[in-house]
Amino acid sequence: MRTARIVMPKTAKKGEIIDIKTLITHPMETGYRRDDVGAAIARDIIGQLRVTYAGTEVFRMTMFPGVAANPFAAFTTIATATGEFVFTWTGENGEGHVERTTLTVA
Amino acid sequence: MKRLIPALMLATLAVCAAKAEPLTSARELLSPELQAQQADDGANPGMLWVERGANLWTTPDGQGAKSCAGCHGDAKTSMRGVATRYPSIDTASGTLMNLEARINSCRVKHMSAVPFKYETDDLLGLTAYVAHLSRGLSMAPRIDGPAAPRYEAGRKFYFERQGQHNLACNQCHEAQVGKRLRGDRISSGLGTGYPAYRLDWQRAGSLHRRLRACSLGVRAEQLEYGAPEYVDLELYLAHRASGMSIETPAVRK
Amino acid sequence: MQRRQVIALGLKAAATVALLPLLPYAASATDAQMADAMKQVLGAMVPKSGRVTIDIPPLAENGNSVPVTVIVESPMTAVDHVKTIYLFSPVNPAPDVAHFHLGPRSGRARVQTSIRLANTQNLHAVAVMSDGSAWMQTAEVIVTLSACVDAG
Repeated sequence: MRTARIVMPKTAKKGEIIDIKTLITHPMETGYRRDDVGAAIARDIIGQLRVTYAGTEVFRMTMFPGVAANPFAAFTTIATATGEFVFTWTGENGEGHVERTTLTVA
Repeated sequence: MKRLIPALMLATLAVCAAKAEPLTSARELLSPELQAQQADDGANPGMLWVERGANLWTTPDGQGAKSCAGCHGDAKTSMRGVATRYPSIDTASGTLMNLEARINSCRVKHMSAVPFKYETDDLLGLTAYVAHLSRGLSMAPRIDGPAAPRYEAGRKFYFERQGQHNLACNQCHEAQVGKRLRGDRISSGLGTGYPAYRLDWQRAGSLHRRLRACSLGVRAEQLEYGAPEYVDLELYLAHRASGMSIETPAVRK
Repeated sequence: MQRRQVIALGLKAAATVALLPLLPYAASATDAQMADAMKQVLGAMVPKSGRVTIDIPPLAENGNSVPVTVIVESPMTAVDHVKTIYLFSPVNPAPDVAHFHLGPRSGRARVQTSIRLANTQNLHAVAVMSDGSAWMQTAEVIVTLSACVDAG
């Protein structure tokens, strides 16, 4: 069970550029490490974070093993109208995690 | 005699200088970027465990299907200040309990739930959450009454040489604070930021995990998670850090 | 390519492969591999220097997690905006680190993340614009090991 954390304003003025910060728990296992007995530890990473705002994609980040564990991603977007943000993290193995939050735009 | 007096004065100064250095949080020895990461709740990965703890707080568990909130209500009010008083003596059993032990004791006694194991996301989460709710408050554990012999045991442990390297905690964490050990600077070893997000661990970890790493560092026996010796040491450290603020969740290397 | 260069490259590759079991992590990418990765996204475009700022500590205290901010000068309008920001490493086991896809809804071309750096290196950031142009910046980062190599 992943924990994700989104820090962004709850309300904004129309046209305002807002900062959005995201975090999610994930080891981002590179596939390069070996365990105590020398066996390779399988690669297991989040491949993508996709963010939509009222249904339109406003940000997408493709992640590779070079992204640190418990990936942090911060970006900006313009507050256009009150609407739902959907954050979707997709693992390379198909695992997904979704968070939703609403931005109220005056 | 003329040369002896300045020599004596210098010796006295050296002895005085070798005594208690003002305590510094390891945060102050971090780069500005890592300090900024700790200060930004949107970027501090340790907050993921605080978040998990906050979710667990209101989640019913155990045979009684009760949640922490069921007895303790809103943690923001009921838990504020609690972490400053830990470790503390549990009056019912007479044992010294750290936050982890208290959380598990509550789970077993009041929720009929299974205790959480050290280093699980659940225990780290709840411990981080409760400690975080005292962030900014000063450490102030009791060391009188039944806590006194435990405090004394912890103090003894702190000043006792251990391991193949034959080092005592104070030899680094008092006398060498701020000096470099390979790529790092030695801190006062306060422990006020735990559970902390350590970059080396790539996840949050408990103070006991950190203490076990210290034991490993001097090539001493790593005690079990929850070992009473470590809890006694925690009490000594917590009292030593009196007046210093809780920083949980800290970002450390 | 000259025969001597092919043999030299072949020997180097063979030596790297031979060393692989001894390395605690995979052998690092070469500049050539990074150039390949960049070519895959840029095609025939040659990136110009400028407009991109990489904000990263010059000394990373722990290669497991290094905070990085990339800012690109752009009005971010419908007709003139940053489409993608690419982060490439010439030293990590794989050259691609992260790709950020932006657009006119972004307001600003400013992204932040924390990355892994295998060793001291010149991190590369490339921004591809809506007009087809590409801009690049590099930042040298010295990576040190933390003292407690037995992290425990």
